[in-house]
Amino acid sequence: MSLRKFIVNKTIAGLAVLFTVFSSMTAFAQEAAATATAKPVDMGQVHKSALFYVLMFLLLCLFIAIVGKALKVYELTRETQGKSEGINWNTVNAVLFAIFLIVGLYGVYWEYTVHGNMILPEAASEHGKKIDEMFNLTLIITTIVFIATHIVLFSFAYFYKSSGKRKAYYYPHNNTLEKIWTLVPALVLTVLVLMGFLTWRSIFYKVEDPNNKPLSIEITSSQFQWDVRYPGPDGLIGLKNYKLITSLNALGIDFNDKNSLDDLVADEIVIPVNKPVRFTLTSKDVIHSFYLPHFRVQLNTVPGMTSYFEFTPTITTADMKTKTNDPKFDYILLCSKICGANHFNMQKKVRVVSEQEYKEWLVGQSTYLTNDLRKAFNLPIPPAAKTADTAATASTVAVGATNQLALKK
Amino acid sequence: MSTISLQDTHHDDHGHGHHHETFLTKYVFSQDHKMIAKQFLITGIIMAVIAMALSILFRIQLAWPDQTFPLLETFLGKWAEGGRIKPDFFLALVTIHGTIMVFFVLTAGLSGTFSNLLIPLQLGARDMASPFLNMLSYWFFFGACVVMMGSFFTQTGPASAGWTVYPPLSAVPKAMPGSNIGMTLWLISMVMFVASSLMGGINYVSTVLNMRTKGMDLWKMPLTIWAFFLTAILGILSFPVLVAGVVLLVFDRSFGTSFYLSDMVFGTQIMPNEGGSPILWQHLFWFLGHPEVYIVIMPALGISSEIISVNSRKPIFGYHAMVYSLIGITVLSFIVWGHHMFVTGMNPLLGGVFMITTLIIAVPSAVKTFNYLATLWRGNIRFTPAMLFAIGLVSFFISGGLTGIFLGNASLDINLHDTYFVVAHFHLVMGSAAIFGMLAGVYHWYPKMFGRMMNPKLAYLHFWITFICAYLVFFPLHFLGLDGVPRRYYAFTEFEFMQKWLTVNVFVTWAAIIAALAQVAFLFNFFYSIFKGKKAPQNPWEANTLEWTTPVEHLHGNWPGEIPTVYRWPYDYSKPGAEHDFIPQTVPFSQTMSSNLPHDFEGNEEAERIQKEWEANNKPAQ
Repeated sequence: MSLRKFIVNKTIAGLAVLFTVFSSMTAFAQEAAATATAKPVDMGQVHKSALFYVLMFLLLCLFIAIVGKALKVYELTRETQGKSEGINWNTVNAVLFAIFLIVGLYGVYWEYTVHGNMILPEAASEHGKKIDEMFNLTLIITTIVFIATHIVLFSFAYFYKSSGKRKAYYYPHNNTLEKIWTLVPALVLTVLVLMGFLTWRSIFYKVEDPNNKPLSIEITSSQFQWDVRYPGPDGLIGLKNYKLITSLNALGIDFNDKNSLDDLVADEIVIPVNKPVRFTLTSKDVIHSFYLPHFRVQLNTVPGMTSYFEFTPTITTADMKTKTNDPKFDYILLCSKICGANHFNMQKKVRVVSEQEYKEWLVGQSTYLTNDLRKAFNLPIPPAAKTADTAATASTVAVGATNQLALKK
Repeated sequence: MSTISLQDTHHDDHGHGHHHETFLTKYVFSQDHKMIAKQFLITGIIMAVIAMALSILFRIQLAWPDQTFPLLETFLGKWAEGGRIKPDFFLALVTIHGTIMVFFVLTAGLSGTFSNLLIPLQLGARDMASPFLNMLSYWFFFGACVVMMGSFFTQTGPASAGWTVYPPLSAVPKAMPGSNIGMTLWLISMVMFVASSLMGGINYVSTVLNMRTKGMDLWKMPLTIWAFFLTAILGILSFPVLVAGVVLLVFDRSFGTSFYLSDMVFGTQIMPNEGGSPILWQHLFWFLGHPEVYIVIMPALGISSEIISVNSRKPIFGYHAMVYSLIGITVLSFIVWGHHMFVTGMNPLLGGVFMITTLIIAVPSAVKTFNYLATLWRGNIRFTPAMLFAIGLVSFFISGGLTGIFLGNASLDINLHDTYFVVAHFHLVMGSAAIFGMLAGVYHWYPKMFGRMMNPKLAYLHFWITFICAYLVFFPLHFLGLDGVPRRYYAFTEFEFMQKWLTVNVFVTWAAIIAALAQVAFLFNFFYSIFKGKKAPQNPWEANTLEWTTPVEHLHGNWPGEIPTVYRWPYDYSKPGAEHDFIPQTVPFSQTMSSNLPHDFEGNEEAERIQKEWEANNKPAQ
């Protein structure tokens, strides 16, 4: 009986809990202090530090076990006293759901405002604006549903926790309600589908305007680089065939096709603003994905298949620099389809410039066709003076050299 | 052993030891569905722990790309030379993490465990239609796991082309080291896995259709069984397509065919393959792959339907609507696979079509969610650990489902495809939600499986840490995707615009580590309670379904005497007029005259007449 009296004493039980918590805490604090001093030299003592973390974790487990035991002691004392269960875990969990709801809502707000401000700037293409509008609409609808359903879910969890006295309300079905929450989502989704469908069509089924023909650029992806080919003055990109690929002719351009003769190499993608561009996408080895996030453009490049993406950039790089208030801003081309070890670093700079700047830049680019390739394709090697009106007479050799460099890259 | 003999004679002479069970037949090559369920579960848990460890490894790489961890070299050897995970190995980690989680944990571990356990128990059958096939199903699965893990011990490492293993990357060994023997093992493992899943599925379907006890018509089946049944049908119809795809890939890899390959040059070596299409693989893969995500989530939804109803002490709201929405999901899931391929260069016309079907499938999913909420409304909720996880599932299902509306929209998918937005989306809706369904099931049916109870307090700790950390991990990842950060990137160091996400990565990794450590609470609880848990009572959650009428101590054949007859649907909780707040399915209406409702009789006029008579006679007594 005396033992029982001892345990019965509520304050002692409480003290026991407090004591265990406190002692563990101090143990923790000491351990933490030990880490702080040990950290600077831990590189040499990897195993020691690993062991240390394992011990820390075991200590934490021990701490949890002690708390568990203390709770059990508390509950047993309540039981021996003949009182109801010590801790009503049902209420605890219900309250935790309520807290989770409130903190969670704040967390969502925080995420939307902080991380939400770190996302891509406004779309820099015509169709991208439509996509962004749709994105915003979808975001608004889904956010409302997200918040509303979570408020309902967790507040139901809180308010309808078992009290032991109440009986649940027997409510097996209500067909009207079912109809409502079948039809309402169906209608909302119909709107989204229709908008999405129209936008999708407008992106992939372009009616060509004869007065504003798109500029053609060919992209060839390979592990792990992008090759860009611009049409020459004829505006047409020549044929290519993977079977013609050699170390000299890395893209397999068929120079028997006269459209190929004036095709240009470029080591970055430069496109004029407000003019449609049509990218012809091909791949040499595995599937890559041509991803221009700022323009809301993505399409896989598939070996054995040519695909096309046409869009109109609307904001120049310079304008975007001021808009984003980031002098280092650049449009970028990335690969977004897993393609091998260097998938994470397969990039190319993209520049959107004015029509004038574009023309100036284009003049500086050299042709794919080099004298070596002329030999390989049995094409006549013209004297330097004859080559072209654009290239300076003196530097055919130099151009050839840079071309080869570009090819080898 | 034929099932007929089981049903007819087994119960009479049980206990006379007419088959001697050795250790081998009881624990290893067991043909008892309850033991097979446990085998599936424990294998699934082990694979989950492995896959989780892999995810922590690549999360460490993402969080601290410039730091070295010499300890990693100790464990991983050349894969982490100098204490830094290599890019190739990073890709292997994400690939195997995905494969294990999707197939071995959430398909076999979830569906395999609970279909095996619950189909006979909740339907009133002595065992599966074919116990032998059932055993084979487990051992093929086990073999698949072993082969998959074996690929870590090869010279060139495991498959690393992503869990979708798109050729040519996966088909040409030159493309990456993981596409050597590791990929071959992946394919072998997958064929074994599909064989396992088909044997399981056929068994589940035939058991559900043929072996229900007396009175258990389809509309009296618990929603768990409906979910397992439809899942099995999905699996039977879609998995063979994966095998077809896999076999063609084996041919392409090993026998020089060109089903998926064409026009490839590696360096300057021109490959001889011509005429194939890499897109074909994607069609075949996703024809399984999309139903697969429903194979993963539907059992979890079924489990949570049951658990939410039991613990709200309320009938599941809209039982018929729940079944029809499951059927709707089953049917629709076969015609939505193209939404994984909007930007693969597939004909854009198809993109439009698949967008329509994809967004339609959101409707039955929404119906299910609202029904869950309505079930909670005015309930009398008991927060058992299983209930906590079921509520967590609903939350994840909502969060992840809503982001699916973005991705299902072809136009929006252009910019979100293959970014972290996708990663966040499916980790919530099919990763976290399905895992929570599985954990809910474990906590709920643990007493049935092991005859003991798990420690609820440890379970609360497990739930809250996991629930919070899962959101901390996956919620921020959406925003990386919205910033155009592609998935499967080894490091964010090479792009200027990704630098700002490095701190977020550190945060996410810490959350993931804490979540992983919280699983220790579960593992300890699980394995400790097998031996030392409190003995389970007959019906610990006061549930209606048949499995709680079987003895706590397992016996081959489930019920010692005759199999009970079923009289009512499984959701008569808190029925007005009833003595208790639950009426098991085995209680006939004649014993519950005071609580019978007109809709209980489904138009049976005789019964209605008797009920009316009784009510007339008993009125004055009230």
